[in-house]
Amino acid sequence: MPEKTDTAESQITKPMDEQSASSSAHHEVSPHLEPKPAEAAASTEAIFDCKGVDVLYSGKLAVADVDAPIMKNEITALIGPSGCGKSTFLRCLNRMNDLIPGAEVRGSIVYHGQDLYAKDVDPVQVRKHIGMVFQKPNPFPKSVYENIAFGPKVVGMKGDMDEIVESALRRASLWDDVKDRLKDNAFGMSGGQQQRLCIARALAVQPDVLLMDEPCSALDPISTNRIEDLMLELKEDFSIVIVTHNMQQAARVSDKTAFFTVDMTGGESNRVGRLVEHDITEKIFTQPSDKRTEEYVTGKFG
Amino acid sequence: MAGTPNTPQPAMGGGGSGPNLLRTRSPRAIGEGAIRVSLFVAAAISVITTTLIVLSLLRETVAFFGDVGATEFLFGTKWTPQLAGDQQSFGMLPVLVGTLYITGIAMLVAVPLGLLAAIYLAEYAPERVRKIVKPILEVLAGVPTIVFGFFALTFITPELLRPLLGPEVQQSNQLAAGLLVGLLVLPTVASVAEDAMTAVPYSLREGAFGMGASRLIVSLRVVFPAALSGIIAALVLGASRAIGETLVILLAGGSGQLLPQVVTSPTDASGSMAAFIASTATGDAPTGSIEFETIFAVGFTLFVICLVLNLLSIRLVGKYRQVYE
Repeated sequence: MPEKTDTAESQITKPMDEQSASSSAHHEVSPHLEPKPAEAAASTEAIFDCKGVDVLYSGKLAVADVDAPIMKNEITALIGPSGCGKSTFLRCLNRMNDLIPGAEVRGSIVYHGQDLYAKDVDPVQVRKHIGMVFQKPNPFPKSVYENIAFGPKVVGMKGDMDEIVESALRRASLWDDVKDRLKDNAFGMSGGQQQRLCIARALAVQPDVLLMDEPCSALDPISTNRIEDLMLELKEDFSIVIVTHNMQQAARVSDKTAFFTVDMTGGESNRVGRLVEHDITEKIFTQPSDKRTEEYVTGKFG
Repeated sequence: MAGTPNTPQPAMGGGGSGPNLLRTRSPRAIGEGAIRVSLFVAAAISVITTTLIVLSLLRETVAFFGDVGATEFLFGTKWTPQLAGDQQSFGMLPVLVGTLYITGIAMLVAVPLGLLAAIYLAEYAPERVRKIVKPILEVLAGVPTIVFGFFALTFITPELLRPLLGPEVQQSNQLAAGLLVGLLVLPTVASVAEDAMTAVPYSLREGAFGMGASRLIVSLRVVFPAALSGIIAALVLGASRAIGETLVILLAGGSGQLLPQVVTSPTDASGSMAAFIASTATGDAPTGSIEFETIFAVGFTLFVICLVLNLLSIRLVGKYRQVYE
C-alpha cells in the first residue's frame, strides 16, 4: 500500500531519485535512534515551521514540544492514538484553538516567515489563508450556492460570484453532482457530498493551506475514496495537513507522516501528546526510526 | 444461585421449562395501571377546563352580540360601555388600538434589546458571565408584574417622562406602559432567543470561523439564521405576554374604560383589552347586564388574537425549523 505514494502527483513536488535516495540513506540507520527530521525537507519550501510548540488547556499541558516543518504542496498526515494531540496540534496551525477558552499555545509556528502567534497577528486573517475541513460535514443550513458564496462574501472577494461558486465546486469535483440544484438546501445532500461541499466552501476563499481534521471518519468507503483522489489533485495548488485515524489513508495519500503518541510518564491524569517521528510516509510505514512508531503502524498498539 | 448461568431458572409460579412470560396481577402491575389512569386524569383536567372556559366565554359573547352588532363592536371608534343611555357605545377599536399601541412600544424596547442581549450571552460572553447573567434573566422574567406597574407609576412617569417631555404627560400614559411592558418581556425574549442560539451546533460556528469569519459575522450570518425558528418563537412569546399583560397597563397606561375616540398620543392614557377586563370585572357591573357581557366579548376577542398569534408562530417555527443531527 505505501508504494501508492509514488504516484504522478508526488513526483511533481518531489523528484523520484531524491525520495529513494533519502529512504535508502535511512536504510542503514538503526530504528531505535532518536527521531530525525525529514531530510527531503531541504529541497522544497517549508510552509510552516513549528518549533517547540506546547498547547495548554487551562494551564495543563496537552501537547508538548512539537518540532515539525510542514512542506508546501505536500500532504502531511498526522497519525496516532486517541488523545495524542494530533487534532489539537492541527488546530494550532490556523489559530482555531483561540476559540477555546483557556487554551494557550507556546513555542513558535512560523508561516511564510511570519510568527502566527505574534501579538499583531489577527487570527481572523490567519484563517482566511489557512482553511479548515472538519470531522463531521458541517454545511450551513442554507442552499448549496449560499454555502459556497458565504466565505467569498465574508472576505470581500471581488468578481462574479456565480463564477467563484462554480470554480470552487469544480475544484471539489462536486459541480456535476449539484449544478442543477444549487438552490437546494445543503442538508439534503449525502454525507460524502456534504463533505465535498465543505471542502469547496473552504477552497472558495482561495486559501493557501487546507487543514483537514479526520475528514473521512463519518463517510463510507466510496466517498472516502473520492475525497482522497480530490486531495491528491488539490495538493498541486495547496498544502494539506490531514489528521487521520486511518493508517491506510495516511499511507495512500500523504507525502509526509507525523506520528504522535500519548506520553503517560506523568501519570494517567497527566497525559501529554508528543510528536514521536516525522518523516517521509513510506519510511514511517516501512522503516520507522522509533520503536513506538513501528508498534503503532504494525498494529501492536493503539 | 445454583446451577450454570446458561441454564434457565424455573420461573416462580410459571409452567413449562422456559421463563414465565405471562401477565400477572402483581402489585406492580396494579400500580402501573393506577399511575396511567391518574396521568390521564391530570391531562384530561387541563383540556376539559380550557374547553369549559372557552364555552363560557362563548355563551356570554353570543348574548352580547344579540344586543350589539359585530360591525359596531369591531370597527366602532367610541368605547363607552359604562355610560348610560345614549352615551353608551361599544366600538372596541380604541381599546384594541390601545392594546396594539402599548404592545408596539413594548416590542420596540424588547426586540432589539432582547436580541442583542441574547447574541451577547450566546456568542460573546465568557462562560463565567453567562452562568451568572442567564439565571438573573430568568428570575427577572418571573418578577410579579404589579411591581413593574408600581415602578412606572412612581418613577417612570413623574421622574423620567415628565421632566423630559413636559407636564402634559398624563399620570397614566401609553408610553410609560409600553416601556414597562417592554422591560417586562425583555428577559423572556432574551432568554428564549439565547436558548435557541445556544442550541445551534458548535460545528457550524467552527465552519465559519475556519474560513476567516469574524465573531460578528458568525453571530449574525450563521448562528442567527440557523436559530431563526427559536428566535421567532421568542418574539411571539414576548408579544403574547405584552398583549395579555394586565396589571402594568392598568396602573401605568389607563383602564380602557372610557375612550370616546382612538388615542394617538403616546403621552395620553388609553388602556388595553386586558386592563379593561380587569377593571370592569372588579367594578360594579351587575351580572347579566350588557356591561357585564362586554367583558366576555372583549375577552373572547383577546383569546382569538392570542390564538391567531400562536398559530402563526407555530407555522413560522415549522417553516424555519432546522433539524440538526
